[in-house]
Amino acid sequence: MIIEGKEKKWEIVCGLEIHCQIISESKIFSGASTRFGADANENVSFVDAGMPGMLPTLNRYCVHQAVKTGLGLRAKINKFSEFSRKNYFYADMPTGYQITQFQYPIVGEGVVTVDLEDGSSKDIRIERMHIEQDAGKSIHDIDSRKTFIDLNRAGVGLMEIVTKPDFRSPEEAGAFLKKLRSILRYLGTCDGNMDEGSMRCDVNVSVRPAGSDELRTRCEMKNVNSVKFVMQAIENEARRHVEVYENGGTVEQETRQFDPISGQTKVMRKKEFAHDYRYFPEPDLPPLVLTDEYIKQVADELPELPDAKKARFVEKLGLTKYDAMVICENKEVADFFEKAAAGHDAKKVANWLMGDFFAMLKRKNLTIDESPVSAENLGALVELIEKNVISGKIAKDVFEIMSETGDAPEKIVEEKGLKQVTDTGAIEAVVDKVIAENPDKVSAYKGGKTGLMGWFVGQVIKESKGKANPQIVNRLLAEKLN
Amino acid sequence: MAIDRQTVNRVAFLARLKIDDDKIEATEEEFNKILNWVEQLNEVNTDEVEPLSAVNDLPLICREDNVTEGSQADKILANAPMAEYGYFVVPKVVE
Repeated sequence: MIIEGKEKKWEIVCGLEIHCQIISESKIFSGASTRFGADANENVSFVDAGMPGMLPTLNRYCVHQAVKTGLGLRAKINKFSEFSRKNYFYADMPTGYQITQFQYPIVGEGVVTVDLEDGSSKDIRIERMHIEQDAGKSIHDIDSRKTFIDLNRAGVGLMEIVTKPDFRSPEEAGAFLKKLRSILRYLGTCDGNMDEGSMRCDVNVSVRPAGSDELRTRCEMKNVNSVKFVMQAIENEARRHVEVYENGGTVEQETRQFDPISGQTKVMRKKEFAHDYRYFPEPDLPPLVLTDEYIKQVADELPELPDAKKARFVEKLGLTKYDAMVICENKEVADFFEKAAAGHDAKKVANWLMGDFFAMLKRKNLTIDESPVSAENLGALVELIEKNVISGKIAKDVFEIMSETGDAPEKIVEEKGLKQVTDTGAIEAVVDKVIAENPDKVSAYKGGKTGLMGWFVGQVIKESKGKANPQIVNRLLAEKLN
Repeated sequence: MAIDRQTVNRVAFLARLKIDDDKIEATEEEFNKILNWVEQLNEVNTDEVEPLSAVNDLPLICREDNVTEGSQADKILANAPMAEYGYFVVPKVVE
């Protein structure tokens, strides 16, 4: 995206930092539950509460989840990593420091390929990913003079993914977040729900004259909590920078807050008040050392990821790139599609899935797991059309009944007598009847109004209650009228 | 490395310590003494030495992913100066 300034053209330089809550039963350094929605402070151990003398013990599974994620980001797994203390005071972090990774993160450089609207794709480089503990939750709106603190979230494992400043437009950042969420869900390492805060995004933005490779002062916007807001924040912040520069000003390095209502950003913290975190190696935890065998073992567990699945659907099943992309974004949809397409025309199944089927789910406000139409039945419906048992038009009616009753299409077709008539004799009788009843139309046709052919076909199909095979109807009418 | 008054105030702020004005000079001196003493380490040649992140060469012991603690909000809140409805309560925090 190029921003047209008064004097020149500008381009956006943007990088993201994404905090992703690790899916695990217990917290990263304690045995308290990670379950969301418990009563206040019920999922808290003495470690999480920062009681004196308590020691953190690393959750093996959180490491496993992080390595799996790193591999999913096609990233280097660091066999040596260490934990550090990041020191700051805040009421929802009782120890006064966060255990995180600083100099030696568990995951190094990687890459995520994003799919853009115009059908092209772009590689976004990952700078690093480290693991750390989440803070508790501060609730400011119960009392005007008090803040309430719930430590249930304190100590839940987080993966912080940092990208290189590779985004040149809000669209690229939006596509990246969608792709990252899709990868994490396929891996089962984070549920990726931005609105529930299990995936949170910090956005860094600067601008530069289009075509140059300089890096100017950037501003950071913390905790922007939806894909749409991230895209809005990038665009509006970039436009603000252009305006500042073109009016002869300089952009200050600062932390800004995105206001979802106005879409604008405002100053939260200037650089001179920036935190001084005084990182140092965590004395309570020795370094984390992984072996090649361990990394290989995790790699062997990786599921087929969206890019690989997409490529396979295009090459082996003949889907278009776009259809494959839409279907593969969500693992449940991809699994459903594969089940439905097994043994049938995959392209036609994809059309039904993305058309009538998705429309039905949306109308009924259901997820794909709750669909009354099973994958097998959707495949069977397509098969009935392919085998000329029913016409495409009747199939839409059958689908409506399927989405009400959940019945198999064969059963519905049988019970309602919807089978397509392919018996030439039976259709011929209807054709003859229509011709006999409409002598005026016949003479008009013969007089040159050949456009009436469509009307005849329609009459015959209607007379047969939609069951006459249209190809046969066409052929017979042509024979008799010409 | 010389410590000045401004640095003393900065470190005190970060550590949330209140140092009375008439104690600052003395603290400044103490700071410098400690740092000078530690600076002796610079006399050792460490060109070939890897940075040390843990003093004890112990393996990292991990736990399994099981829930073993919780459901003890009363104990967690027992020493809280202020608690209401199961929450810790602090003076309004607005950044």
